[in-house]
Amino acid sequence: MTISTEALNKLRSIVGQENVLTQPEDVIPYAFDGTAAIKQPAGCVVFPQATRQVAEIIKLANASQIPVVTRGSGTGLSGGSVPVAEGIVLCLVKMDRVLDLDQKNLTLLVEAGVVTQNVADLAATAGLLYPPDPGSMKISTIGGNVAENSGGLRGLKYGVTRDYVMGLEVVLANGKVVWLGSKCVKDVAGYSMKDVFIGSEGTLGVITKVLLKLVPQPAAKRTLLATFARMDAAAETVSAIIAARIIPCTLEFLDRITIQCVEDFAHIGLPLDAEALLLMETDGHPAVVEDEARRMEQIAREHGAASVTLAQSAQEAARLATARRSAFSALARVAPTTILEDATVPRSELARMIRFIQEVGERHGLRIGTFGHMGDGNLHPTFLTDECNHEEMERVERAMKEIFDFAIQLGGTITGEHGIGLAKKAFLPGAIGEGSLDLMRQLKRAWDPDNLLNPGKIFDR
Amino acid sequence: MSATPGHLARLDYAVLQQCMHCGMCLPTCPTYDATKLERHGPRGRISLMRALADGELQLTKAFGEEMYYCLGCLACMSACPAGVNYAEMFEAARADIEAAGLLDNPKRNFVRWFTVKFIFTRPRLLRLLGRCLYLYQALGLQTLFRKLRLTVLLPQSLRELEPLTPTVRRHFSDALIREVETPAQRRYRVGLLTGCVQDLIYSEINRDTADVLLAHDCEVYTPRLQHCCGSLHAHNGELELARRMARENIIAIEKSAGSLEALDAIITNAGGCGSHLKHYDHLLHDDPAFAGRAAAWSRKLKDVHEWLAEIGLRPPPMAVAPQRVTYHESCHLCHGQKISHAPREVLRAIGGLELVELPESNWCCGSAGIYNITQPEMAGKLLARKLRHLEGTQAPIVASANPGCSVQLEAGLRQARRPVRVVHPVSLLAEAFRRAHPKSARPPAASTRQPSPSA
Repeated sequence: MTISTEALNKLRSIVGQENVLTQPEDVIPYAFDGTAAIKQPAGCVVFPQATRQVAEIIKLANASQIPVVTRGSGTGLSGGSVPVAEGIVLCLVKMDRVLDLDQKNLTLLVEAGVVTQNVADLAATAGLLYPPDPGSMKISTIGGNVAENSGGLRGLKYGVTRDYVMGLEVVLANGKVVWLGSKCVKDVAGYSMKDVFIGSEGTLGVITKVLLKLVPQPAAKRTLLATFARMDAAAETVSAIIAARIIPCTLEFLDRITIQCVEDFAHIGLPLDAEALLLMETDGHPAVVEDEARRMEQIAREHGAASVTLAQSAQEAARLATARRSAFSALARVAPTTILEDATVPRSELARMIRFIQEVGERHGLRIGTFGHMGDGNLHPTFLTDECNHEEMERVERAMKEIFDFAIQLGGTITGEHGIGLAKKAFLPGAIGEGSLDLMRQLKRAWDPDNLLNPGKIFDR
Repeated sequence: MSATPGHLARLDYAVLQQCMHCGMCLPTCPTYDATKLERHGPRGRISLMRALADGELQLTKAFGEEMYYCLGCLACMSACPAGVNYAEMFEAARADIEAAGLLDNPKRNFVRWFTVKFIFTRPRLLRLLGRCLYLYQALGLQTLFRKLRLTVLLPQSLRELEPLTPTVRRHFSDALIREVETPAQRRYRVGLLTGCVQDLIYSEINRDTADVLLAHDCEVYTPRLQHCCGSLHAHNGELELARRMARENIIAIEKSAGSLEALDAIITNAGGCGSHLKHYDHLLHDDPAFAGRAAAWSRKLKDVHEWLAEIGLRPPPMAVAPQRVTYHESCHLCHGQKISHAPREVLRAIGGLELVELPESNWCCGSAGIYNITQPEMAGKLLARKLRHLEGTQAPIVASANPGCSVQLEAGLRQARRPVRVVHPVSLLAEAFRRAHPKSARPPAASTRQPSPSA
């Protein structure tokens, strides 16, 4: 069933002729997000410019029983914003107004379509920091970040998107508009409903406005780079740093394959025989930062680092960060298809998990480069493959399942920051168990009885 | 209207597949930024090309229009984490569009025939046209034409373009530069490419480039008659003509220098041309007579700033009058050739100049080859954005290393009545050398002897 002309005309009357796309050349570019090998063209793409319009579109979708997939810039990595056949793509990029920067309460109110980088830049102009920094922040929207509960490189010290959301405006599946939360740091008036919507991947409502918490910018930062001949030495270094009561703002890791790809790509003189590389940063009061940087350097040496460099200037810090910054680019160039995963384990199990991924790669004859956030246990095993090679893709599937199973066995999770979407639906029951899944289903049925909001994502009803 | 896409279909599928649609290109794409529509962004355009190659979409007029709405600025290639070769896909798509005649109409056909196929494949005729335009301007006819407001007689599209008309120089490159010029001490032998449009409207930049090369101990070989580099043809779907231009230029340099092997480098000073010239190897890889020569050509092809950095830039001995200068990056110099640092180093080497950074310096000015002619509306928006940033720097000089950008900036500044000088970085360098040695038109090391027999 295609979307009826009548419904399309109503959509046009809500948002204007130019804000409804139906032609193949207009719609095909919305058939995917940032996830590899998942594609589904939409029935139409609609660009609302105000909450009122979103509410009217949802009411129309209800009346006509048309599924709606909400989307920002389409950078998701689990297929969460991939369209549903013959459905509406509700694209919020034109709702990008900044509404209120409150310097007394350190909050920022924006519409959902504001680009994350603009949030960060705006905070910076007031000497403030919006800490979540997902890899796609230059173009991802804040609404998408909230819907996916995006992470980033600073998770260990600063937390993730959820930790910075104080309030949300949401259009519910019945078209009603609700405000959830407040500017109060302490607010226990009833259930924390905003928290249910954070990470709900567009299945429970459409987030239209976000009230964000900002923090003061740290006054100083120091950067260190260490290489290790043994994986365990790197893992032990991380454990020892945490045990020494230091919480670095960055603790990033590259494995051997990634180090080799980065060196091939960027020629920065990394040791090709190293098993692991750690990029470490500490920020805060200058005196504390100075002390912590020296102790981290010492701890890395004591735990058998092959080399440790402490940046002496901002330029040198940027140079040291190059290896980590170019990791994904370097891997993505190697093969036609790049599948970026985000299996996550408790920090204490990191070394085992990384070794297991390497072993799985060898056993299945696959190239898997692993990098990620050592501080919070969030790893990115990256499959370098070719989606046209069906036999290899089957091996990728098998390897992925083994990696997820092992992560769960270690007390970890199948996704640290990308979400379930379509890509990981099959693994969800095993990861969270029937009881938890059942609770989610009950919530979905109660709040979206006709299954119109992003149907088929996270789980099937 | 529909047809089968030949060039796109023949591309290695891995080239199309390399795009992982992560979206990192979007914030750098001027047409996406202005419209917020995926089809006007790189990954959207790639998805359309892939849909064509997969047979999910027919070659349609809308597709054709989209591919010509793209500036071809290649900013997406700088942003792409996966190293997608957008330039190649984009040229193939445009070639398919032209082969299928998707956008044919009598006016477009005539303009394309006259420019892409006729004038820009015949350098002598182009110079003749240049002479006529020079006389028209030098005799005051252009001023008269404008004063009498006769421009109203032109059709609207031409009327809008008329103010863009650049000033044709009295002398073209062949009158300013001898075929071989030899420095007092010779460390290198280089060929110098003088371009087609640049030869007519910025021939002094070519002279300045030769002077700067001489001051760096390079013997300079400049064929007197050179063809268009072919980028105009390749970017407008005429790959066969682009190959013809490439062969002509290889032959011209070979004749002038004896062989390509005799040269240490072949120098271009125009960002847009250089980006295309460096890919002659790829363009001619199927041509048995030229594949090897084109490979040698591509190895030796250097942008002038890149070459100066490679052989060691010599700062001029004397400072110039203190002035502020800003730098606008040609898209195909910074995105196409990844040369961003070297031109700034040239400017920093000139004592007295203070280089202030231009916000969004690597954002397209809207010139984009002939885009300002084919898409005046979007080009106008981009120019206005560029002029706003230029005003913010308060610099009386803006340096830029591509004739298309210079024409666009000069026209914009003229219309806004802003007395800002647009100049090539190498011209500023040449001026600084001349200031140090005012009696000679050339830097000290340079004389203009006849070629040595070994050449």
